[in-house]
Amino acid sequence: MIGRLVLAALIAGMAAGFIYGGIQHVRTTPLILAAEVFENAAKPAAHEHAAGTPSQHEHAAEEWAPNDGWQRTFSTTLASVITGAAFAVMLAGVSLLTGLPITPRNGLVWGMCGFLAVTVAPGAGLAPELPGMPAGDLVSRQIWWVATIIATGAGIFLIAKRRELPWLAAAVALIALPHIIGAPQPPTHETAVPAGLAASFAANTIAASAVLWSLIGLFLGLATERFSKEIYAT
Amino acid sequence: MTIVKSTTQTISVSQRVTAGAICLFLGASLVFLVGMSHMGVVHNAAHDTRHSIGFPCH
Repeated sequence: MIGRLVLAALIAGMAAGFIYGGIQHVRTTPLILAAEVFENAAKPAAHEHAAGTPSQHEHAAEEWAPNDGWQRTFSTTLASVITGAAFAVMLAGVSLLTGLPITPRNGLVWGMCGFLAVTVAPGAGLAPELPGMPAGDLVSRQIWWVATIIATGAGIFLIAKRRELPWLAAAVALIALPHIIGAPQPPTHETAVPAGLAASFAANTIAASAVLWSLIGLFLGLATERFSKEIYAT
Repeated sequence: MTIVKSTTQTISVSQRVTAGAICLFLGASLVFLVGMSHMGVVHNAAHDTRHSIGFPCH
């Protein structure tokens, strides 16, 4: 039964990821391609500067990369389908660990909690960035990104499960802490990528993520409903 | 009085928690692969999705 539940969660997430892939194709990928024109134009200059100026966006020349066109669209969509499946199975994992079922009725709320924890909270410190935009050290940012998601998720869990004041205070502290510490920032925000393009990209990726997470929650609720009696009895 | 026989099998708390941990591990592994792995091929293939989802990239 658990195997079937995991499979149902994976399929629900893949479906959400596939729809997200379609939105990406029309709303976010065109902005990435537009930014790469500026990035590539600025590249020779970037090599003159010391470390810290626009992060050098090297497509690791000797490594395989999808060609622009159907190859790139295919690999991007595949990556999104896998991402959807990954997020869905993690949300199902949280549901199993906490004993809080995901149903068709509360699925949207689950999805929105995922959106807040994985998109909104880390995005406040590390805004979605286009290729060619400067950024801080990659590993530091990855650590901050993961830690922020865990802290925000734990905070949301406490708010959902507890009513006592100390727990709620702990929840607020957990959600605020990553932002008090602050995300790793680049030494400068100077970039060849136009500000309007970057703003449009940030808004569109956040909107697309809202759709992704809503669908993950809804599809998970629908897909796992028939298992819930057996699983959440205890 | 009819007794409704339930064929439903419930699982124990420890089974549920184990399943949850497996789900989290599986999901985290996939997230790492798509979003965080520094391997060039994986980075290039998932590049546009990394930017769109907001994974720290580059």
